[in-house]
Amino acid sequence: MNTAAFVVIAIFTLLGALAAATLPRLIHAALSLVVGFVGLAAFYILLGAEFVGLVQIFVYVGAVAVLIVFTILLTRREATERDPFNWLGAIVALAVFGGLLWTISHSDFVWQAHVPNQDLTVRRIGDALMTAYIWPLLCVGVLLTAAMIGALILVYEEK
Amino acid sequence: MSLGLILIASSGLFSIGLLAALSRRHAIFMLIGIELMLAAANLNFVAFWRFGPPSPNPHGALFAIFSIAIAAAEAAVGLALVIAVYRHYRTTSVDRMTQLKG
Amino acid sequence: MNPWLLAQFLWIIPAIPLAASLVVLSLKSSRRKTAAAIAIGGQVAALILSIAVFVSTLGAREYRAFFNFTWFTAGYDHIQFGWLLDPLTAVMLVMVTLVSLCIFVFSVGYMADDEKFTRFFAYLSFFTAAMLGVVVANSLLLLFVCWELVGLASYLLIGFWIEKPSAAAAAKKAFITTRIGDLGFFLATTLAALLIFCGAMGKSGQFPLHVWLPDAMEGPTPVSALIHAATMVAAGVFLVARTYPLFAFGSVHGVTPSLTVVVWIGVITALMASLVAVAQVDIKRILAYSTVSQLGLMMVSLGVGGVAAGIVHLLAHAFFKALLFLGSGSVIHGCHGEQDIRKMGGLRTIMPVTFFTYAIGMMALSGVPLFFCGAWSKEAVLDATHHWPVSNLPWVLMIMGVLLTAFYMTRQMIYVFFGQPRSASAGAHESPSVMLIPLIVLAGCTVIFSVVLSPAWPWLESYLTGDHATLRWGDLLTSTVFVSLILVGAGIAAAAVIYRRFGGAIDPLQRAAPIVFRFLEERMWIDELYERTVVRFAKILAGLSDWLDRNVWDGFVRLFAAAGQLTGILTRGFDERGINAGVDEATTGARGLGWSVGRLHSGKVQGYLGVVAIGALALLLLLAWLA
Repeated sequence: MNTAAFVVIAIFTLLGALAAATLPRLIHAALSLVVGFVGLAAFYILLGAEFVGLVQIFVYVGAVAVLIVFTILLTRREATERDPFNWLGAIVALAVFGGLLWTISHSDFVWQAHVPNQDLTVRRIGDALMTAYIWPLLCVGVLLTAAMIGALILVYEEK
Repeated sequence: MSLGLILIASSGLFSIGLLAALSRRHAIFMLIGIELMLAAANLNFVAFWRFGPPSPNPHGALFAIFSIAIAAAEAAVGLALVIAVYRHYRTTSVDRMTQLKG
Repeated sequence: MNPWLLAQFLWIIPAIPLAASLVVLSLKSSRRKTAAAIAIGGQVAALILSIAVFVSTLGAREYRAFFNFTWFTAGYDHIQFGWLLDPLTAVMLVMVTLVSLCIFVFSVGYMADDEKFTRFFAYLSFFTAAMLGVVVANSLLLLFVCWELVGLASYLLIGFWIEKPSAAAAAKKAFITTRIGDLGFFLATTLAALLIFCGAMGKSGQFPLHVWLPDAMEGPTPVSALIHAATMVAAGVFLVARTYPLFAFGSVHGVTPSLTVVVWIGVITALMASLVAVAQVDIKRILAYSTVSQLGLMMVSLGVGGVAAGIVHLLAHAFFKALLFLGSGSVIHGCHGEQDIRKMGGLRTIMPVTFFTYAIGMMALSGVPLFFCGAWSKEAVLDATHHWPVSNLPWVLMIMGVLLTAFYMTRQMIYVFFGQPRSASAGAHESPSVMLIPLIVLAGCTVIFSVVLSPAWPWLESYLTGDHATLRWGDLLTSTVFVSLILVGAGIAAAAVIYRRFGGAIDPLQRAAPIVFRFLEERMWIDELYERTVVRFAKILAGLSDWLDRNVWDGFVRLFAAAGQLTGILTRGFDERGINAGVDEATTGARGLGWSVGRLHSGKVQGYLGVVAIGALALLLLLAWLA
């Protein structure tokens, strides 16, 4: 049953991502991206990392995708402008995919069936954040602050 | 369901992200591609956490959380860049942004 | 001072003027004072060394030292070079350096207006260097080399005013004529003495090779003094004296065929030249013919066996002839370049110092006895001639020569210094001191020399021959003295009488015997005879050689040139098609490759990203494959 769920979610996510990559209209692509992110969140929950899934929804769908839509809005020249497709990029991407597939298929241990181990509770995450990961936490805080200030500076217009 | 399948899915997602980054002309598509690639990597981390040995700290998941946070910051800055460039050059086509030439 | 040690360093004496000549040559022509100073300094140094050498040879008897070194060996022959030091060398060194020094100083004034002043001194120094080389040479080969250098220097000096066609022609004439003589010199190894004498004839202007000497007066007067009075022409006489054993080989009472030839040629020369001198009107030409005549006298002396007497006369002649030439130079300078004696006159009062010194020289040359050195040596020559067993004719003819010498010299004196001043003398002036001092020095030497040479104390002769010198007062008043007094007096008196009331219009002799005078004036038409015969023949030969050279040898050369050209064309074709094309292809390929690779730096981020992706993939596959 897990495998079936996995397959469905996988198809859902990959189709959404593919649409985001290939749709000619930008706004359609952005919205397809949202679908992809949601599918990804489903993945996380399937894997038992519920917190991560939720964080994914909050951040990616709620912030990043919205940001993208806003930027599309702010950089519109012509809304109906079509974007041509460069097939060379497709070839490269295909090559990379092929390589990765080959690598995965040639490794042994990834194909062993395994019993999923522990649960991921918020408490455990909180404990880890405050003990083992305190230093990265603080850094990420600084990073977010810097990013915010940087973004502001970039778009600040002197009058 | 095994790790291999998830890895295949994540590599497929990564390739799609690369496709988006390489084959479109619009700057925002590059960003979309990058976000997809990052997401695929996150999926990898969580998958390996899930199918890895038990440990007191959920390293894989926490890494994924941090990665998401950083991805958000990076998306913000990137999009601000796109807006700034658009204001200056009146274009979003990466073909025209060749200042890095040479 | 050990004579052998001295001989080893004898080469320094010719080397100093040579070095001076080279230094002066490298100077700019504006550095006149430096050039003159260097040249004169070189001469002074050489003179001092010569005197030192001379003095050191006075002590020993039979002094003869030489220094040889082997130049190279060819089979069994050792070609040797070296320097010789004996009385002959020593006196010649002193004479050459002293007279040359006077002439150098004189030239400072005489050539002051000439623009090639510095070069003149370079040539002068070179000339004296070559002449000194002739004097000190030990081997005939080395002597010949320096001999040729003397010829070269004389060519340069006679033709110094090369812009004058007559000067250039005279220089050529001198060189070619002496060259003819030199040819004989070189063949001396096979035809020994006579051919040596040929060379001496050419250099010393003996008949029939005398024709160059009067024309050589084209050069500046100091040149005439140096070359034709004191040094170069004396080289012929010196050569005969030097190789005298060769001439006297197998003699019977001092007579050999070679020596006989020498005597007769000398006699003819002496007499012929004195006759021609009587009718000349150029002040220097008179002296030139006088020189020819005196050289003939010296040759006669050598031929009859009076080697010492001949050399003594050579030394004395050097001094007073140089004095006379320089004096004539002073006269020419004072008359602003005028050389025709018919236009001069009365310079006795205008140029007193010149007149006085010239008179001393003239009396020495004429043979006025007691105070003037030429007399004693001339008498010694006549004495030796008188005792020649073959014939008395030379003696008779020499006496005539003495008479004529006194005659024409007096004639010249009267023309130039006495009477009323004519056209050129009108604006004349005495010469500057720098020109007068050498005159005075030479005049002094002339007088002093006469004391040295007097037969009462035959010091110089004994020095040259190696005998003892004893004081013999009795010899002072021999019959020869009276005879010479009479001869000289007769000559002077005759000239004085004939030219007593000379107004400068027509020469009295010309009026008396016009045809004879014309014959003598035109130098017996010997030059014209040579022109018609020898010169024309030489021209034909030259034309033939030129044709041969231009058509035959040149054809060969052109053939080689064509072959060379063909090779060049072939090489060029190979180079252009083969090598150049290959290089071009390689460069085009490299450029294309470079351009292709350069396209990667497009500036497009997507391109960069694609490359990164490919690179990462490759790395991944590599790692996977390795694992």
